[in-house]
Amino acid sequence: MGLLRYTAIRALMIIPTVLILYTLVFIVLRVLPGNPVLAALGTKNIPEEQLQALMRELGLDKPLYVQYFDYLVNFIKGDMGKSMIIRGRPIASDIVDKLPATLELSIWSIIFSLIIGVGLGYLGARARSDRVKAIIRLTGSIVFVIFIPALGLSLQLLFSKYLGLLPTGGRLSTTGYFKPITGIYTLDALLRLDIPVFIDALKHIVLPALTLGLVISGPYMRLTLNNMEEIMESKMIEAYRARGVRDSKILRHAFRHVLVPVTTYTGLQFSLLMGGAVLTETTFNWPGIGTYLVDKVMYRDYTAIQAVIIIFAIIVGLTSLIVDILYALIDPRVRY
Amino acid sequence: MEVLTVNDLWVKYYTISGIVSAVSGVSFKLRKSEMLAIVGESGSGKSTLGLALLNMVPKPGRIERGEVILDGVNILKSSPREIMKIRGSRISMVFQDPFTTLDPLRKIVDQFEEFLIEHGVDKTRARSIIKEYLEAVGLPERVMYSYPHQLSGGQKQRVSIAMAIALNPQVVVADEPTTALDVIVQKQIMDLVDSIKEKYKSSIVLITHDLALALERADTVMVMYGGNIMEYAGKTELYGNMKHPYTRGLFEALPRILQKTLPKSLPGNPPDLRYPPPGCVFHPRCEFAMEKCKSEKPPLIEVSKDHIVACHLYG
Repeated sequence: MGLLRYTAIRALMIIPTVLILYTLVFIVLRVLPGNPVLAALGTKNIPEEQLQALMRELGLDKPLYVQYFDYLVNFIKGDMGKSMIIRGRPIASDIVDKLPATLELSIWSIIFSLIIGVGLGYLGARARSDRVKAIIRLTGSIVFVIFIPALGLSLQLLFSKYLGLLPTGGRLSTTGYFKPITGIYTLDALLRLDIPVFIDALKHIVLPALTLGLVISGPYMRLTLNNMEEIMESKMIEAYRARGVRDSKILRHAFRHVLVPVTTYTGLQFSLLMGGAVLTETTFNWPGIGTYLVDKVMYRDYTAIQAVIIIFAIIVGLTSLIVDILYALIDPRVRY
Repeated sequence: MEVLTVNDLWVKYYTISGIVSAVSGVSFKLRKSEMLAIVGESGSGKSTLGLALLNMVPKPGRIERGEVILDGVNILKSSPREIMKIRGSRISMVFQDPFTTLDPLRKIVDQFEEFLIEHGVDKTRARSIIKEYLEAVGLPERVMYSYPHQLSGGQKQRVSIAMAIALNPQVVVADEPTTALDVIVQKQIMDLVDSIKEKYKSSIVLITHDLALALERADTVMVMYGGNIMEYAGKTELYGNMKHPYTRGLFEALPRILQKTLPKSLPGNPPDLRYPPPGCVFHPRCEFAMEKCKSEKPPLIEVSKDHIVACHLYG
């Protein structure tokens, strides 16, 4: 009961977060110079009358508070609105298209970075040598500042051009007959027990996820190593040693303590990746929502931007909800 | 008969800012079911000495020289595998702060059982040992299934003690076992330690900064200062016949109920052990310091039977 109640309360707290973000975005969009009509036409030289007509058509002539509540009410009803630039195109279909791609990329990147970063950090803590630790810390700093397109292009050169093992971009080479369920292709292929498609989807995700995963594995290396070291010097570990518990077991117990900061960082990182994977998406021609959002901001496509931001807010909220639940599962001291 | 013999033990910490001589040439013997109190201020080397008894001085510390003979075996020469077997089963430790020494993420039973299994006890036997020893330290059985944060400080310390005695070790090293606890719980824990000594015939090394506690509870008292033994004697002998100016200084610093005057505090600070003073380490704070004390380290002098003092006043 406790955990369920805790989860429910945490879930409810997503609502104010979303409202605040929506309000901010709404205000910022209206304050920014430019508007969707002018951006779409690409010129300011249109007759005032025509401009007004277009504005009226998009509902931009209404008072701001009406625009604010109209959109909110429609959104709650499940209507994300239509694009202001590509007339009549429903935003929802764009999001259904792009969001799963970004989710897939983010999830696989996190998996890679956890394996690489936490793995190396843990190995570093296990190695008694200070030199190994220094090398891992340095590696952590270096990989984090790698310029993603540079790494991505290098990997494409190596694995696609020279070795011919992996595709350079896109999400699937065989579209058409495959009907996605969630839009996360690797997951869908498994759900449909379609192994060839799974392998194909995996081949497409490996390079972008590895590129992004390698870069964000840097902080994980340092985080894991530093926390492990700190815990290994604690009184708790001294007490384990004094009881004659062997080192391999002690390391495992220490590692559980490291899971707390790793979870925190993963939550933050996941939220960042939702909108911040643009460079990777561009390099690998990955049709994700980050690129979509940047595009829409250029054109001041108010409805699209608002919809994406609200979706982001919900995802960020859900992510921190999951993080909170994980805390409760890792640490018995967390009250709920 | 001696259970534990320490011969000429030297421990140094190789820190970035210099070499710290934490323990300098300490020797003593511990008999079966004897309680030895090692008394000293912070930085006197008493805790390092306690860790050295289990051959677990942390980096950058190193045991430079000496022997720690437990049951006829010098454990400083034991292999890592052997020493792991010895720790917890033949010599164990109770730490100062029960709030930080138990793993907060694991239930008591898991931590306790793991330790027993590490020492070759099988699972069913482990369960019965856990129950038996939790009862021996006055805890209800359900404590097993608690997490450390669900217990009070005193209960946690009882759990630590239960683990320390569960395999009937010859020696239990208790490093300030009551310092983190409130006064009433302190008394309860010390009573428990006393009763364990009687019941299981374990020898106990009680490390404390509290001379009064040492004089009340221990059989023998060793006073340390700056990594050196200052005075070493049986409790009654020491109480009636304190020799070393440092021991007397500590004693006069104790508050007394029936005394109208304030306790006298010892002037000055403990020495910086990266640069220990030449001669007697205590001479900069000693009101009886002579020229000799500044240059010559006093030898350990036996002033009466089993009463040893390191002071030129008695040389």
